[in-house]
Amino acid sequence: MRREVPLIITILVGTVLIISVFIPPLESLGESFTLFFDIIAVFAFFLGGGNLVRVHVLKLAKKKRDWPFSIVTLVGFGVMLAAGLFKIGNPGDIAASVTAEGSLFNMIYRNVFVPLGSTMYALLAFFVASASYRAFRAKNREATILLVAAFIILLGSTPFGAWLTIWMPESMSILEIPNLAVWIMSSPNMAGQRAIMIGIGLGVVSMSLRLILGIERSYLGEDGA
Amino acid sequence: MVHNNVGVIITLLVIAGGLVWLLVRSFRGKEIDRRVIFLFIMVSVAAPLLATITFKFTATPIVEALYDKIEALPEGSTVLLSFDFDPAMAPEVQPMANVVTRHCLEKNIKIVFMCLWATGQGQLEITLDQVLRRDFAHKIDGVDYVNMGYKAGNEGVLNVIVTDFEKMFPTDVNTTPYGDIEILQGVNSCKDMDLIVSFGGGRPGIKEWILFVGDPTGVPSAGGVAAVVAPQLYPYYPRQLMGLLGGIKGAAEYESHFRERHPNHADMDTPAIIMMGPQTIAHIVIIAFIIIGNVLFFMNRRRGARS
Amino acid sequence: MKNLKWFVLAAVCILFAVSWFAKASGGDGVDNSVLDAFLVTLAAFLTLAIMSFLYQDNPYYKFAEHLFVGVSAAYWMCLGFWSTVVGNLFPRISEGLSNFFLVPYQPGPLNFFFAIPIILGILLLMRLSPKGGWLSRWPLAFIVGTTAGLNFVRYLRSDFVKQISSTFVPLVVDWQGFGHFFSNISLTAGGPLVMMLTNLVIFIGVFCGIVYFFFSKEHTGVFGKASRVGIWILMITFGASFGYTVMGRISLLVGRLTFLFTDWLGIIG
Repeated sequence: MRREVPLIITILVGTVLIISVFIPPLESLGESFTLFFDIIAVFAFFLGGGNLVRVHVLKLAKKKRDWPFSIVTLVGFGVMLAAGLFKIGNPGDIAASVTAEGSLFNMIYRNVFVPLGSTMYALLAFFVASASYRAFRAKNREATILLVAAFIILLGSTPFGAWLTIWMPESMSILEIPNLAVWIMSSPNMAGQRAIMIGIGLGVVSMSLRLILGIERSYLGEDGA
Repeated sequence: MVHNNVGVIITLLVIAGGLVWLLVRSFRGKEIDRRVIFLFIMVSVAAPLLATITFKFTATPIVEALYDKIEALPEGSTVLLSFDFDPAMAPEVQPMANVVTRHCLEKNIKIVFMCLWATGQGQLEITLDQVLRRDFAHKIDGVDYVNMGYKAGNEGVLNVIVTDFEKMFPTDVNTTPYGDIEILQGVNSCKDMDLIVSFGGGRPGIKEWILFVGDPTGVPSAGGVAAVVAPQLYPYYPRQLMGLLGGIKGAAEYESHFRERHPNHADMDTPAIIMMGPQTIAHIVIIAFIIIGNVLFFMNRRRGARS
Repeated sequence: MKNLKWFVLAAVCILFAVSWFAKASGGDGVDNSVLDAFLVTLAAFLTLAIMSFLYQDNPYYKFAEHLFVGVSAAYWMCLGFWSTVVGNLFPRISEGLSNFFLVPYQPGPLNFFFAIPIILGILLLMRLSPKGGWLSRWPLAFIVGTTAGLNFVRYLRSDFVKQISSTFVPLVVDWQGFGHFFSNISLTAGGPLVMMLTNLVIFIGVFCGIVYFFFSKEHTGVFGKASRVGIWILMITFGASFGYTVMGRISLLVGRLTFLFTDWLGIIG
């Protein structure tokens, strides 16, 4: 029961979705299955929210390290949830968009979520710079090729790159840095990315087959193997 | 360079001097503290931003392809713009979304907005605010554009709308029934779109649009993506992906190209063009740090070999 | 040390109040409402709180980080509820709920099947229960099956078959004399020479790249040489990716600084 039912579900759903591509009358069934999938995805959001509350309530109850910050998480979660579910301050009635201009939900999104989310990633600019200094070494031929390609792209994507080679005559335009950058992207980069893509594509296809045929069972947990 | 001032020249000279000093130190085998690197990056981004250094850009073929496609669409065509990004990608992707939206509105093309990311709906509100409500206030919701909002399910959403749009989106974001939305009359699925543009940089994004909609239907698909994923999308160009704006440079090229060809938008906001000033200086500083790091590496290696 | 902590906290509070007051009183040349001034100041201080991590981990960063986690989880939940549960589920299962949420009811003979995602969704939530966790494998199996079924055909078509066919490109051009062959040699212009060079690099690059990933045969002899070329192509690819990654990360920082200088401090237009 614990293993068989999930296996049957995976095989059934996977098979129907593949067949529905080839047999048009089954297209509607495939659509319905994906619609079910979309609805279950929302329950996954609820699960994520529920788990977050559980973890932080436990942290609070046991007064673990940094427990006062769990209050911040719970308050932030509660206020945002209330603002969204009850559409507090929404200019229209219940039918209006939850993100409508003027609503508390939108206000928190723009003034709390946006600055926090974007600054979190903006920090990476500093770490990329630091990593460039520490780890980007021309130790051998391969690393040097990587370094040269990176330099051309970095320079070629700015006006400085164009300025550096502006003196070149038309007949040598093949060597202008912006041109080289465009060519690297659309030729060697494309070739390398395509080789990777074909490899990943084959990997996804074989893994999908393994799942649908019931060979791959690791997602069922320890007793599912 | 359109604008310059003494302050920024002094700052740039200080940055250049500092880098030379660090280079000399590295010849002596001395490491740099990470906070010094952080400071250099901060100053090299802030100084040109304060001085508003701007440049003119020429559109590369991959950017021009999207511009030309929109330009060639007849009035009344329907374009689907999908906002598949979050605030973390917004500095790069929002300018693309804004300028492509502006271009479509300028050409009187009907726009169907939707999102595969929940955060996309919040970002879409920003574009509607900054472009549509500000400069195209006469455009009517439901007639010239419609906001279908977000749906959960990633590629699951695409698998439904590729054959039946109404099944996934029975109403727009304001719960107006599908049948009452004028712009959607005659639109049964994604096959009825003239162009699909996804703005994003993660999963789901333009890759999923190509796999689930573009390739099966043949509807032209294009993307505006964060720089991090742009190189990965080149294998699709030009057969499966007709155009791509990669990173802030792609956005700046599109802004420059659009403004040049539509003089009535000469005063429009050009955040991407403005951002390319700091971007240029920061790139030079990072290249300098890579060189300094390598000098340090080779000096230490030579010392190691001697001893 | 403890006093310093409180001193810093007091300084932050005072700065916040000063900023709020300055923004509200139009000190930056823009008339803001008290609420707008508060919101801009809040956004700016949250930005600075995250940036303070560059110096070292500190309570202000932790505060901002924890707030972000809570707010973002609730954001996704609310959007999921209103867009998909209210938008797609309620109209198919209940007229009463549809009327309450003002969404058009969609009666249908097969709507009872929508009990399936509800049951599977509830089973997914059982993961929170200490004893019924194993039941969550059923919806998980549905998710895995759907993903496998959806991806199988699409990846095979778009990322394998189409990529292979796109790689078979003409490697030589029609010969129309030296003048024509060497015309338009700008790499972006795509003259015959450039076209030939590009196509050669794509064909050989993809082939050698795949050879490098083929581990069932020892990389020696001709195979080894092809694999070596594959490595070089991949190195250029990674170099290009690195260049674009740097560009992306710097853009994000520029975005935040633009906000601080424009919306908060008002020192650039």
